[in-house]
Amino acid sequence: MTNDAQTWRAWLTSERPASRRQARLGRAYAAWSRFADNRLAMAGLFIILALLLVAVFADMIAPYSAVTDGDLRTARLLPPSAMHWFGTDDQGRDIFARVVHGSRITLFVVILVAVIAAPVGLLIGTIAGYAGGWVDAVLMRITDIFLAFPRLVLALAFVAALGPGIVNAVIAIAITSWPPYARIARAETLTLRHADYINAVRLIGASPARIIARHIMPLCVSSVIVRVTLDMAGIILTAAGLGFLGLGAQPPSPEWGAMIASGRRFVLDQWWVAAAPGVAIFVVSLGFNLLGDGLRDALDPKAAGQ
Amino acid sequence: MALAGSAGAGGRRRARLRSTAMAVARFLVVVALTYLGLLAVTFFIGRVIPVDPVLAIVGDRAPSHVVERVREELGLNLPLYQQFVIYVGKALTGDFGISVLTSNPVMTDIRRVFPATLELATLGTLIGALLGVPLGVLAAVRRGSFLDQIVRVIGLVGYSVPIFWLGLMALLVFYARLGWVEGPGRIDVVYEYTVTPVTGILLLDTAMQGEWEAFRNVFGHLILPASLLGYFSMAYISRMTRSFMLTELGQEYVVAARAKGLSERTVIWRHALRNALVPLVTVIALSYANLLEGSVLTETVFSWPGLGLYITDSLQNADMNAVLGGTIVVGSVFIGLNLLSDLLYRVLDPRTRAR
Amino acid sequence: MSALLHVENLRVSFPTRSGMVEAVRGVSFTLGRERLGIVGESGSGKSQTGRAILGLTPPHAHVTAGRLVFDGIDLLAASEKERRALRGKRIAMVLQDPKFSLNPVMRIGEQIMETLAAHGRGSGAEARRRTLAMLEAVQIRDPERVFNLYPHEVSGGMGQRAMIAMMLVAEPDMLIADEPTSALDVTVQLQVLSILDRLVAERGMGLIFVSHDLRLVSSFCDRVLVMYAGRVVEEIAADRLHQSQHPYTQGLLNCLPKLGQSHHPLPVLDRKPEWAA
Repeated sequence: MTNDAQTWRAWLTSERPASRRQARLGRAYAAWSRFADNRLAMAGLFIILALLLVAVFADMIAPYSAVTDGDLRTARLLPPSAMHWFGTDDQGRDIFARVVHGSRITLFVVILVAVIAAPVGLLIGTIAGYAGGWVDAVLMRITDIFLAFPRLVLALAFVAALGPGIVNAVIAIAITSWPPYARIARAETLTLRHADYINAVRLIGASPARIIARHIMPLCVSSVIVRVTLDMAGIILTAAGLGFLGLGAQPPSPEWGAMIASGRRFVLDQWWVAAAPGVAIFVVSLGFNLLGDGLRDALDPKAAGQ
Repeated sequence: MALAGSAGAGGRRRARLRSTAMAVARFLVVVALTYLGLLAVTFFIGRVIPVDPVLAIVGDRAPSHVVERVREELGLNLPLYQQFVIYVGKALTGDFGISVLTSNPVMTDIRRVFPATLELATLGTLIGALLGVPLGVLAAVRRGSFLDQIVRVIGLVGYSVPIFWLGLMALLVFYARLGWVEGPGRIDVVYEYTVTPVTGILLLDTAMQGEWEAFRNVFGHLILPASLLGYFSMAYISRMTRSFMLTELGQEYVVAARAKGLSERTVIWRHALRNALVPLVTVIALSYANLLEGSVLTETVFSWPGLGLYITDSLQNADMNAVLGGTIVVGSVFIGLNLLSDLLYRVLDPRTRAR
Repeated sequence: MSALLHVENLRVSFPTRSGMVEAVRGVSFTLGRERLGIVGESGSGKSQTGRAILGLTPPHAHVTAGRLVFDGIDLLAASEKERRALRGKRIAMVLQDPKFSLNPVMRIGEQIMETLAAHGRGSGAEARRRTLAMLEAVQIRDPERVFNLYPHEVSGGMGQRAMIAMMLVAEPDMLIADEPTSALDVTVQLQVLSILDRLVAERGMGLIFVSHDLRLVSSFCDRVLVMYAGRVVEEIAADRLHQSQHPYTQGLLNCLPKLGQSHHPLPVLDRKPEWAA
């Protein structure tokens, strides 16, 4: 068994990989071992995995319903206890149950923004970088204009126009968060554009679309992923901020930001109503920050420690 | 020979002047384009809004000829590009329309509330820069030390904690439980009419008029939200300072400075920091802009009567003129700060000057 | 001629992920008021030897030596403050590339005056006068103008002369020149070298000239140390270099192209692990 593991390791760390697959796996293994050495990064990974599990098994974990009101005479604004770990809110609902169910909304926001903004940025950046000339100038000017905007206020204005709601909040955040990805993808593309292997593909007669999609984009993906992970915390905080202002998820949805907003009225006497969702936001954001730092250090050893 | 030399120098000076003028011109075009982009986006937002602005004014029971007349008055029957041209013209003169909520021109409202935001964000940035830069420098110099770990934690928390939540908790602890600071708002009602607004910056107004009791009250209200913003600014600035300093401390000129026999203090603070300051200026300007924007959340928590609260209040009441006017003002400040940091960059880095 | 510097069994090592790496492994030599060349390929430990003498080894590295004595001062026992007082005032160092070794945001004059200020040698008008005199001594024709220029505004040769001025202005007894001409154009290399040579001779300084260029070193120095993998493999007088015994030195010599000889096949430098042992 141990012998087996050792041969595997030797195969992965081989200086002379025999196949492309072995080289690729070997590189992934090296990145993984750098990542696994970093205790904080592992903590981040653990937090994110925990978030995933909580979101999937929310119904089993939460002891009460997240949205139906409790008994307003007996269960309203109770402090934390063995019955209600995080206490209850002004509608008599169990806050622990609401926090647990809120993880789904957070995950929904994070995934949706990543799925919308990252490909848009990737596409714009690679096209600008590969095409060069006026296409590059125009696309980058637009990107710069978006970068120069106040993101939160702009998202606010978008939501104000589209109407409050979680989907509109996601769209607004996505609209304001693609520019950094475009910048990164363009910078990577510029370094790749004149690489010999790209020239070779071009000589074979591949179309620009094919070159971008098959040969350039895959190489930009890892740096964009790192940046997206590092941005996740910011996206969660923005979404929670919109929720706090009443522009994100609408009641009775257990969105963490909106929960803090409703707890605001009681914060001086029943602090736990606002405390728990805030801690939840903090822990998840922290998880993404630690994970992002760890990924960056593992995938780009040069930038490590900076 | 001498003549030819001086003519050459004059020519060089003229060429340098021309290239500077070109740089300035290009720069202004970029600023203008960015501003136009900002207006295009707000214009677009104002048009996609599902609420018909005409019905919002006349109500949905108005007879159709009234609706038509108002539509014409608002210029809504013109082609879109003409509407945009008019929109840009108005925005450039500071005409953002009338606020439905206050019935004042939006610009008048903004002029009234902006100093409160400015006061808060400025103090926050001051706190953040004055603490963040030295902390970042020391963290880079003593890399891996306990202090470095602390700076790392400060940064991580600052990047992860929701500002509005931390504000609420700070109010709970420092105002409600400990009673160290004043509560929400900018000044107690008792003092509200003892000072006449001159600058709108209450710390200055009360100090200039010698109202020291009111000054203390204003300070008591200001210190908590300003420290909070200062913390977030510090988290960002210290992290960036550390990273820039690590880069600079690895440079050869640092070895040369040490080889000259300079003290470590001179090497770090005069040589390395002066170089790190060049990119740091942009970071500090960006952090200032972020605080102005973050005021939307902070001011709600602290009931701070500034631009952020104005925007959110208008949002709750579907007052789109006010929301978009506020957005444009915040965006203009962003563009202005970008411009300023670019200019400062040129001043601080001789390599970008006179190229 | 009393010796200026004694180095005995100097070792410099750096901790890395895969254990300690020794950059300098037991180097010994003495230096009088003469010109000593240290030659080796990159990574042979020649630069780290120079830096260790100045006390400019990175803080995480380990430096040990049997003896490290400069002009009767035990450098190993000296405090950081005492060593700093020596730097610039008694031992100075010229670095490789003025593009990187001059502070880009300070005027050249300011950087030279700083050396004087650090050692309490006059300030204000007096320091300015000495700085201008020093700039003239490194054959800068218009010292007043160069005084007010930023490093990026001068050529590489001019920058390196400013660097030499900065390091010699406090009149040190010993200079370590770490590849002082490698980053310069071939045409100005000789100029800068002759300036350096003249100043060292005039002031009777000891010079350690670190270079990878054996021919340059042999024409410029009195004595040559050849380093390989952190060790001195041969020490020889410069004018007897052609009689060298060690195969590595001979290998380095054979790499130099000579006029009128066939260059085919190009000689390849032989590296044997036992030389490093």
